[in-house]
Amino acid sequence: MDFGFSLSKSSTINLDTVDTTLFRKLCEMEPDARICMSCGSCSASCTAAPFSGMSLRKVILAIQRDQDVRPMLSNCMLCGKCTMVCPRGINTRHLILTLYRIYDR
Amino acid sequence: MIDRIPSGFHPFVLPFLFGMVFVLSYCLFGMVRILWQLPKKDLRKFLLSLINPKIIVKNCWDILKDCLIHVKLWKRNKLLGYMHSSIAFGWFMLIVLGHLEVFLFVPERIHMFYYPIFFNYFVAEVGDVTIQGALLMFLMDFFLLVVLSGIVLAMIKRVHSRFFGMRRTARPSLLNQIGLYALWAIFPLRLLAESFTAHISGGSFLTIPANWLFRQFLGNDLNMLPTWWAYSIALCVFMCVLPFTRYMHIPAEMMLIPLRNAGIKIRDSRKGFAKLQVYSCPNCGVCIDACPMSVNRGNLKDCTVYLTRQMRRGNEKRIEEISDKCLLCGKCHTVCQVQVEGPQLRIIERSRRHYNLSPDYSNIDVQPMVEASSGAKVLYFSGCMSQLTPAIGQSVESILKKADVDYVWMDREGGLCCGRPMLTAGRFEAAKEIVHKNEEIILGSGADTLLVSCPICYKMFKEEYQLKGIRVVHYSQYFNELLQQEKLHLEKSDLCYVFHDPCELGRGCGIYDEPRKLIGKSAGIAEAEKNRAESICCGGSLGSLTLSFAQREEMTRAALENLYTSRADAIATACPLCMATFSRYADRPVRDIAEILDAQSSPVSEKNQ
Ligand code: SF4
Ligand code: SF4
Ligand code: SF4
Ligand code: SF4
Ligand code: SF4
Repeated sequence: MDFGFSLSKSSTINLDTVDTTLFRKLCEMEPDARICMSCGSCSASCTAAPFSGMSLRKVILAIQRDQDVRPMLSNCMLCGKCTMVCPRGINTRHLILTLYRIYDR
Repeated sequence: MIDRIPSGFHPFVLPFLFGMVFVLSYCLFGMVRILWQLPKKDLRKFLLSLINPKIIVKNCWDILKDCLIHVKLWKRNKLLGYMHSSIAFGWFMLIVLGHLEVFLFVPERIHMFYYPIFFNYFVAEVGDVTIQGALLMFLMDFFLLVVLSGIVLAMIKRVHSRFFGMRRTARPSLLNQIGLYALWAIFPLRLLAESFTAHISGGSFLTIPANWLFRQFLGNDLNMLPTWWAYSIALCVFMCVLPFTRYMHIPAEMMLIPLRNAGIKIRDSRKGFAKLQVYSCPNCGVCIDACPMSVNRGNLKDCTVYLTRQMRRGNEKRIEEISDKCLLCGKCHTVCQVQVEGPQLRIIERSRRHYNLSPDYSNIDVQPMVEASSGAKVLYFSGCMSQLTPAIGQSVESILKKADVDYVWMDREGGLCCGRPMLTAGRFEAAKEIVHKNEEIILGSGADTLLVSCPICYKMFKEEYQLKGIRVVHYSQYFNELLQQEKLHLEKSDLCYVFHDPCELGRGCGIYDEPRKLIGKSAGIAEAEKNRAESICCGGSLGSLTLSFAQREEMTRAALENLYTSRADAIATACPLCMATFSRYADRPVRDIAEILDAQSSPVSEKNQ
């Protein structure tokens, strides 16, 4: 039967079953990943956002949920605007480089 | 002057001979290896340069200037310059004059290459002293005195480096200390040995009185031979440790100069030309005080002098740390007497890292951007960083409008990065991809001038882009042209600005005067204590990958202190990154040169009304 709308796929995340090894590894090398407060300043200023939807805020969250971040990350140009605006003073460029380095999904 | 020892030999020359053979064969081997490591194209280029008369003259002149007289150090600090050149040039003259003596008086011994070194032991003075002989003896004593004065200064420098204009010096390692003490010992021993022998071989104003003095209480010649032995052994020790110490810079620099003059570039951070640069660093430590990171005690050991040291030791962990931390501000390269390319070495070192993920920009469609950029002669690129400092782009636009320039703003609604941050992170392939995308937009736009306001982008466009038929111009140059063509009317403000030379603009592209001219025409201008090529990085540089926010803050504050020395009312700069960085902590306004010009200018037509 067509009601003219459909149900979207469930986006429930079961944190008990998520594989967080990548996130833990990231935090080990880049402890600042834990102090991100998801303010989104980095996403608002991002040069790559119009092209790949890059948002460092989302990347940090997605890794904690073991979701694929490759498409977003692949357009980052290391331009450094996110570092300049981050209110927590996170060295975001290095965080991204570390992710490039250890990403194993 | 006659030969005193019939065989022309004494066992005490053996240590010297051993050291000499060792060091010469080591250097020869090293030289061949470095040439071997050069890419074939570079090797050809180098060998061809060796037969080019113009380059030959330049090579000789540079070697004289840099290796013997140390002109650069003289400019930095007179005492430091004297110390280095007295030892290097004095020693060189001792060797040359020693050969001249042998050549003139005992020419049959010229093939024994220890002879000039121990000349005074092997000869005896008989009959009247000729005028040449006296002159040579005088010169020998004179240059020995020159070297000795340099050694005394070197000893003082170890304890009080401040006298030499240096706050910090690099700590020598154990082998370096052995080399250092051997070097210090050589010349006093030579003086003693020649003094003890002066009543036989003759001497001059230094050795004869010393000989007389010693004879007053020593009375016999028993101390002569042991001193010559000691002199020879000191030479041997020095030459044997030389390849493993900073003194390797002596032979390395002599090879570095011809390679540099041939136009060879660093291609691999561990081989060939790079290796030679690393070995040419005498650990003089001048780059420590120059480095903006040194305001932070914890970062002292990340300066270029420690990079060369760790590269020689092969300490991978430290090499990585040092390479990633640097701001790439280029100051160490500017002040360095042997021009070790600290920033370039690090960039290439960064390119050796392995990443599991690579950026990929193939999904980016440039067609809409080409369309948005078409239709004008002048294409203005503000760069991505300028989106955080919108005043720059707005001022540039306002000035262009006032001057009635036909322009279009390429990245008004956001565009791509120029690729320089990616390049300096050592990811050359990704940077190239970004470059190609931008090239497509710029070439497709039909413009004939690319106007750039960010110095980081400007350097990138100048050096890495293939933009045939398009003039790349920095806005400071372009605005000066507009003023020359009287397209703008200027009203001078009574504010006084101090101009901060952005690293990428000054040291990076050699543009120092144009921004000053602009400010000078629209307001007052003062100079900071350290300016132009000695300007201090704002600390915000994207060059550094690992510096933390707090560490950068200290650097920014130190750079601001330098600017405050000018007592200007406000700070002017020409870089969005400098502006954003300084604005955080500055106690007075920070303005871009475009803002200053915009505030003071009006269209020429208005004036005529
Ligand atoms: S460095 Fe990457 S993530 Fe940060 S603003 Fe630039 S493009 Fe976006
Ligand atoms: S700006 Fe900083 S704190 Fe805010 S979301 Fe981005 S990384 Fe997190
Ligand atoms: S890199 Fe240059 S300035 Fe620094 S210690 Fe070596 S020679 Fe001196
Ligand atoms: S480039 Fe600048 S920050 Fe890097 S080592 Fe040289 S002086 Fe220091
Ligand atoms: S912000 Fe300017 S001065 Fe500072 S590092 Fe960058 S280019 Fe150099």
